[in-house]
Amino acid sequence: MPSITRAEVAHLARLARLDLPPEHLDRLAGELDVILASVARVSEVAAADVPPTSHPLPLTNVFRPDVVRPSLTVEQALSAAPAVEDQRFRVPRILDEV
Amino acid sequence: MTDLTRLTAAGTAQAVAAGEASATEVARAHLDRIGEVDAAVHAFLHVDTAGALAAAAAVDADRAAGRPLGPLAGVPLALKDVLTMQGVPTTCGSRILEGWLPAYDATVTRRLREAGVVILGKTNMDEFAMGSSTEHSAYGPTHNPWDLARIPGGSGGGSAAAVAAYEAPLAIGTDTGGSIRQPAAVTGTVGVKPTYGGVSRYGLVALASSLDQAGPCARTVLDAALLHAVIAGHDPHDSTSIDAPVPPVVEAARAADVRGMRIGVVRELTGEGYQAGVQQRFDEAVGVLEELGAQVHEVSCPHFPYALAAYYLILPSECSSNLARFDGMRYGLRVGDDSERSVEEVMSLTRAAGFGDEVIRRVILGTYALSAGYYDAYYGSAQKVRTLITRDFQSAFEQVDVLVSPTAPTTAFRLGEKLDDPLAMYLNDIATIPANLAGTPGLSVPVGLAPEDGLPVGLQVMAPVMADDRLYRVGAALEAALLTRWGRPLLEEAPAL
Repeated sequence: MPSITRAEVAHLARLARLDLPPEHLDRLAGELDVILASVARVSEVAAADVPPTSHPLPLTNVFRPDVVRPSLTVEQALSAAPAVEDQRFRVPRILDEV
Repeated sequence: MTDLTRLTAAGTAQAVAAGEASATEVARAHLDRIGEVDAAVHAFLHVDTAGALAAAAAVDADRAAGRPLGPLAGVPLALKDVLTMQGVPTTCGSRILEGWLPAYDATVTRRLREAGVVILGKTNMDEFAMGSSTEHSAYGPTHNPWDLARIPGGSGGGSAAAVAAYEAPLAIGTDTGGSIRQPAAVTGTVGVKPTYGGVSRYGLVALASSLDQAGPCARTVLDAALLHAVIAGHDPHDSTSIDAPVPPVVEAARAADVRGMRIGVVRELTGEGYQAGVQQRFDEAVGVLEELGAQVHEVSCPHFPYALAAYYLILPSECSSNLARFDGMRYGLRVGDDSERSVEEVMSLTRAAGFGDEVIRRVILGTYALSAGYYDAYYGSAQKVRTLITRDFQSAFEQVDVLVSPTAPTTAFRLGEKLDDPLAMYLNDIATIPANLAGTPGLSVPVGLAPEDGLPVGLQVMAPVMADDRLYRVGAALEAALLTRWGRPLLEEAPAL
């Protein structure tokens, strides 16, 4: 498997929304190389005819009755928000135009 | 007067029900003990003195009024800080949740309250349960009560240490790759990971949703069973909760009988890589089980050596998506919101400031493993290994009733010893991870002290899905036989704090 470059780690950090300093990216590149070299051995036994398991329980389509239940009040839902405005979460700008 | 902190949970519930001690006296004794030793142990991130005393007073009032008491009424408990408790800080050992007060109780928390359990506070853990030593907590490590310079295991080191240090007779842990069982092993206590889906995950902050399971920590096997029975059972709030009766764990712990049981020693989980004293105590304990009338066989699970590799692809993949919710928008830390920066910049600054090194390492690893072009080679292959490990269990359980192994390859290591070597740290979970991948239950019970360092060794019992009662049958039989041999519980060998 490929050795990881700092540019690749920077791309992953951007995808994961992590603003990391260059020295942290360098350190991660080295660590990921070692970890990936070790975990790559899964391919030794993962033959084409083995079905994948994503979950330990064979459960599908678990439904509950469609009835109205008590839920959090607006005050409770907003109680831990970093910023609130007019009974809503206030967030930084989402579009490029200011 | 009896030291109330030395009682078992069963003994405490009995004393409270009989009026020999009030729940308030029991709670105060434990809060005092926490005040005396927790500066050195650091098992707790938050002690809820007022809440604990109010819960204890409610139990005392119920008893005075002649109302029926729950099965663990008046018994103190330490709750891992990854389960929500309304109005009480829940940090998951992370800066990103510092000061967060949940608006609701986890189902486990609610069931504990309904059973009359007195919750003393929230215990320390590796950040978001990622680690095997509690050294990855943003609030500083927990120390092993057997030797304060050593790790108490992880991620639930706080819960195990609280129980081992007599700060609480019971605790709740969560186990994604061994986080209940490995801390139990290295602190000389009992820890159980129930069958996946046996205990509701509602209100359990997710690390890896297909692996996480909450379970009991205690000083005796019976106490663990009593707690298991209180927290287990179907919950409509968790779509992965099993809708079936709870296995008869308390009856099994009381029966403590292994005569005629077929016990399999997993060949792949012994020998090379296991500390000599750990292997020695494990072998002796297997001999004890044979003397008690069990039939012991060696069993091969040929794909177990691939479990660690599969786990370190599946877990980071799931955690990288689960932890996306910590974006600084609805709760928790927000950094850099100067009304100029974009939402994406604020998220990136918040997450970099709020997450520690191990969390960042695993989020990046998971993001890589799920990337287009690498998905089949890494995550896809790991899911296939998961199938092979489940098949290994199934074929083993056609030959034997339970499997056994050492719980952890070594005794407690020194704080700092493995902090700079992620791969060495990951190896601690080599024997516990297969059960998480297959969803099967596992228990760790103390089997003595390693001769070379005088530190506790745990034996792991593994059973088929929803046969959790077998864990308790074997664990309790072994515990009773070893108690007869030793003359007193292992924890009494620990130096005074």
